[in-house]
Amino acid sequence: MSDAAQNSSPPVTITDEERAELRRQGILLTSLQELYTWGCSNSVWPLNFGLACCAIEMIAASMARFDIARFGSEVFRPSPRQADLLIVSGTVTKKMAPQVIRLWNQMPEPKYCIAMGACAISGGPFKQGYNVLKGIDRFIPVDIYIPGCPPRPEALLHGLLELQKKIKGFKISGPNAPRHLRDDQECNCPVPEFGEHDLQPPQNPKVWTAPTIVRSEKA
Amino acid sequence: MSISDLSPLGAQGGSHVRAVHDEFHGDLLEVSMGPHHPSTHGVFRMIVTLDGETIVKLKPVFGYLHRNHEKLGENTSYLGSMPYTDRLDYLCSMTNNWAYAIAVEKLAGQPVPERAEYVRVILAEITRLLNHTCLAGFLMQDLGCSGTPLMYAFREREKILDLFESLSGSRMMCNYQRFGGCRVDPSADWLEGAKQLTDGYGQFLDEFEALLTGNEIIMARTQGTGVLSPELAVAAGVTGPMLRATGVNYDLRKTDAYGVYPRFDFRVPLGAHGDVYDRYMVRVLEMRESIKILQQALAGIPAGPIMDPKAKLRGFRPKAGEAYGRIEGPKGEIGFYLVSDGSPNPYRYRVRAPSFINLTILEDMCLGQTVADAVIILGSVDIVLGEVDR
Repeated sequence: MSDAAQNSSPPVTITDEERAELRRQGILLTSLQELYTWGCSNSVWPLNFGLACCAIEMIAASMARFDIARFGSEVFRPSPRQADLLIVSGTVTKKMAPQVIRLWNQMPEPKYCIAMGACAISGGPFKQGYNVLKGIDRFIPVDIYIPGCPPRPEALLHGLLELQKKIKGFKISGPNAPRHLRDDQECNCPVPEFGEHDLQPPQNPKVWTAPTIVRSEKA
Repeated sequence: MSISDLSPLGAQGGSHVRAVHDEFHGDLLEVSMGPHHPSTHGVFRMIVTLDGETIVKLKPVFGYLHRNHEKLGENTSYLGSMPYTDRLDYLCSMTNNWAYAIAVEKLAGQPVPERAEYVRVILAEITRLLNHTCLAGFLMQDLGCSGTPLMYAFREREKILDLFESLSGSRMMCNYQRFGGCRVDPSADWLEGAKQLTDGYGQFLDEFEALLTGNEIIMARTQGTGVLSPELAVAAGVTGPMLRATGVNYDLRKTDAYGVYPRFDFRVPLGAHGDVYDRYMVRVLEMRESIKILQQALAGIPAGPIMDPKAKLRGFRPKAGEAYGRIEGPKGEIGFYLVSDGSPNPYRYRVRAPSFINLTILEDMCLGQTVADAVIILGSVDIVLGEVDR
């Protein structure tokens, strides 16, 4: 397109008020991106996968009082192939970690991960244990962290709403597009092996690096 | 060749696995169920060897939730272990707290005021209602009645958790018992709330039972499935509703008569066949007995202190010795074995987890059953992996 052509037809902009007025009149104006993220964010199907104490609160969130169905996520799928959301609900031990990561790899994109509870975030009260992974974010990318031991079902719903907000903010093209819409991003995470003392490798350097301590220089 | 020679379990004299390569039988098939499987309660794995659909071998694999509970208990103070006991069997934190408190009280020779004993009984029986209701819901989910029974069970669970939350501040992890009493005194309003829950629970059970107990499909699936003999149950150390479903009259509330249980009038329901249906029925009948205990305890709760005034929580150092405290938890005998060397931490801290010991006879119950039955047999054992793997 030449410069002259661009100048001859300036881009049509429409304000949110005008759009709302049009919607009231029965005319829906939308963009592909908006439609796509609207659909993605309102049908986040979690994996039916419980690890420990938090799993009971996850089940409670799907029951009558808290009713996760209000937000479109009541369809707990037993198979990772049909799920969009991995809720890591509980302590991940080193024996269990390869299986969790394998489940993550088996899920089709777009996929999201919620680390529910202190154990999934950092190891929580069991962090000292030799057998406890100190946070699932060492191996897979985590979208939402929900603190608590265990978090209340309301907290899980809040986490889900935050995830929906995050999905609604996705761009479907360009450098800010999510992982699965770009060619330069790896979707799968390497599954660690059992080493002599720890999982090998002990973390996935693409998603987690140990924090470096920076000391201020004193005169 | 007779029919029994062809059947996978017939005429083999004890050995359940054999190489089958005749025209009628194909190879045995090994199926790994878990650790991610919607029916296994948590992260439990069964390696099942199948002949057609019949189980000829079952190997349980534990340890996917091993959280170093006992080692952590040896490295924290006596009081510091109390919140960790909540996370053992995370459906019944109150009874875990009580069992641990009893063990430490025995170790230190600490008396408990009468009001606290009553509150402990009330909370333990409410926990029993909570556990058995949820178990029945999960068992029905395993049987294939998706949703409805579990929804009903969790509706009641929320009512109970409201009570726990208003008393202890937390829904699941109550951390409520202390050595020599309880943390806070329940108010008159709270006791009134507990009374209302107790009075309404019988009605819920009637509704629940009308839905499930006489259901033809449930009876066909569960009666005669996963039969456990009383001899094997006693030999394996099985306790709780699992043992009583086989007809063995053993309830620590009667045999040990701990706390104020001798003051209450209640009966111990026993099964006759030791199958999945009996385990379900024993639990339902136990809930009805729990309601009776709750009504008596709520009517007779005395006034007085909730904590022994001489009880010491900070800097607690029991003298050298050992103690084993146990109670009848909803899943069976939950016990804590403590060895003290006079330091602020226990020298040895050991949990007798009923889920783990009840799970050891899983293979014996599953042999000869179909793979779909293994799921409900596991469901009827009532395990919580936090307690199995610790």
